[in-house]
Amino acid sequence: MDLGALFGSFDNFASFTVGGLVFGAIYALIALGYTMVYGVLQLINFAHSEVFMFGTFAVAWIFVLLHGTSDVSWSLGKALPILLVAFVAAMIVSALVALLLERVAYRPLIQKNAPKLIALISAIGASFALSEAMGLRDRFAGWFGLDHKLSNYVSPGAARDVYSNPVSIQPHKLFEIGGYAVSDVDIVIIVAALLMMFALDQFVRRTRFGRGIRAVAQDPESASLMGVNSTRVVQVTFLIGGLMAGAAATLYMMKIGSTRQNAGFILGVKAFTAAVMGGIGNLRGALLGGLLLGIMENWGAAVFGSEWRDVVAFVLLVLILLVRPSGLLGEALGKARA
Amino acid sequence: MTGFTKKARFASVAGVAALALTAACGSSDDGGSDSSSKGSSSGTSALCGKNIAFLGALTGDAGALGQNMVNGINLAIKEHNEKNADCKVNLKTFDSQGSPDKAPALATQIINDDSIFGLVGPGFSGESLATGKTFFEAGLPSISPSATNVTITQQGWTTWHRVIGNDDAQGQADASYLTGTGGAKKVFVVDDGQDYSKGLAGTVKKALGPALADSDQISVGQTDMSAVVTKVKASGADAVFYGGYYTEAGLLAKALRQGGFAGTFMSGDGSEDPNFVKVAGAKGANGAVLSAPAGPAPADFGATGLYATQAYDSANIFLAAVDAGKSKPEDINKFINDYNADGVSGPIAFDDKGDIKESKIYAYFVKDGALDVENPQAIQ
Repeated sequence: MDLGALFGSFDNFASFTVGGLVFGAIYALIALGYTMVYGVLQLINFAHSEVFMFGTFAVAWIFVLLHGTSDVSWSLGKALPILLVAFVAAMIVSALVALLLERVAYRPLIQKNAPKLIALISAIGASFALSEAMGLRDRFAGWFGLDHKLSNYVSPGAARDVYSNPVSIQPHKLFEIGGYAVSDVDIVIIVAALLMMFALDQFVRRTRFGRGIRAVAQDPESASLMGVNSTRVVQVTFLIGGLMAGAAATLYMMKIGSTRQNAGFILGVKAFTAAVMGGIGNLRGALLGGLLLGIMENWGAAVFGSEWRDVVAFVLLVLILLVRPSGLLGEALGKARA
Repeated sequence: MTGFTKKARFASVAGVAALALTAACGSSDDGGSDSSSKGSSSGTSALCGKNIAFLGALTGDAGALGQNMVNGINLAIKEHNEKNADCKVNLKTFDSQGSPDKAPALATQIINDDSIFGLVGPGFSGESLATGKTFFEAGLPSISPSATNVTITQQGWTTWHRVIGNDDAQGQADASYLTGTGGAKKVFVVDDGQDYSKGLAGTVKKALGPALADSDQISVGQTDMSAVVTKVKASGADAVFYGGYYTEAGLLAKALRQGGFAGTFMSGDGSEDPNFVKVAGAKGANGAVLSAPAGPAPADFGATGLYATQAYDSANIFLAAVDAGKSKPEDINKFINDYNADGVSGPIAFDDKGDIKESKIYAYFVKDGALDVENPQAIQ
């Protein structure tokens, strides 16, 4: 196949690929949340997109809190101190939302041994509720008479509208690959995502808690007979998914800079797709699926036009699942070896 | 501006709960707080004590625009009622959330309400196309402050009017701005695939002729613009026109600047919003040109926001019909067709299709990290 003819030139091809990698890294981090929960509970946590969305708001709120509302453009270095605080805050907020989800939307159902389908519906309901709660945050604040005091955070009257980080992070070109200016922001996103993945992979493979997660994933009943506290394991699984979503939210806000109450929806669908593509329940599969999806989207956009990006990406998903029904690396979380 | 229709539909997929909630809040809006229709009917005209209806989005993603319009209408009615204490007119609002699916049922309510003699609206093009036939067959005169899709006035609905220039007028002005004042040789055109966006971008493409470098289409909600940026740079374009709304416009402008694109970025009225600058960031937005078929409101004008002046003017036409002693729908319609006066948004007179005769398209500029809404430049 002549890449030059398809993409205009090889330079363009390289440029489309690097651009796709950056977003693929973010998909992969969100995909971890889907894959972990699925691995342990065989449940698709559809509300995970909202866990991510809350993280994006946390990032913007921290910038408003520590910087104010005047719109400025900062270099990555200048924004770094606030960014680190925002990183921690987003992880905390996302983790709290994930824990709340587990406590309210799942644990009561699991304890009653409800069918998986019921938990799925509960997940979808929780997703709507969280997304709309964010869209109505001005009203909630209004109940306490705080909507004007907190107007920079809750945007009275426009809570459903786009909400931006006042500090837009200006990327600095490090080097060029085929005409694509690879910036410090791009590098930080890819490296940070890879590091988080590596750390999580090691956590699950090497630590005592990781062993507990794998045990529950393999056989919850036997695991609890062996003294594994499965409720606690599920909780930690949600916590980890939330932390990763918070990290993804920070990286996303570095690159995009604005969010809204339904920002998680499309990204959530994409991340879920990435998880399935790589083999749901498989941590390394989430990484592979995320990066692959990001690249495929951009290639699809390049060859057929941007309106085809989703078509290309999802046709590819179907083709992969036809050949490998359990995804590319289709190995379950429980089978990961120590 | 056309539809937030796709957005509205997206919301209904992504948020059934949302719609249930907002519908619960919004459906009892008929007859807003200041529109008790029990006013005296002892005035001079048969229309005293009757109502003007507003149909448009008051809640939902585009709710803020509808609120702007209602503010404009309320201002006109307040001024009228203060001058004519013996002949008060009131407003009844109908919240369609900007959705062509919801508007038809409300249109039926409106035409069955005998107290309503005129409609300001519908707000968006999608709902206008969905309800135009109903209003036309019932003979209810309407004036839209904001629906700009070209095809609405080609349907032969003689009761339908708008006080705003349509997308064709805007697209041609935008193209001539880019190649004229903007000095662009090759323009790359992007749209988001919605009716409004495709219409506007299509007119720009046609009007650009050989100056069109290439085009691409993104989707609503898309955040990763890297593929478009690569294409723009590969095409060698020195200007980009985007047809769509401010969120994606802002993200595209930001990605273009960060990708090293130095040419002109231009978009239409869907992007003419301070949020464009917020999304794009100061560096990404600076130098952007945003066109709109609406000039700035006069400094002493008592209602703020996009379309407030057009809504104010629309309501004033109906109020002038009341003052002129018109009562029958066909008389009111004729009065509108013959109307010729200056409104706060510009000179108002309609052609035989219901389009405004003279529409000025303005270019607004982003300078020093802010959208300058006070000093636009009239195009042509």
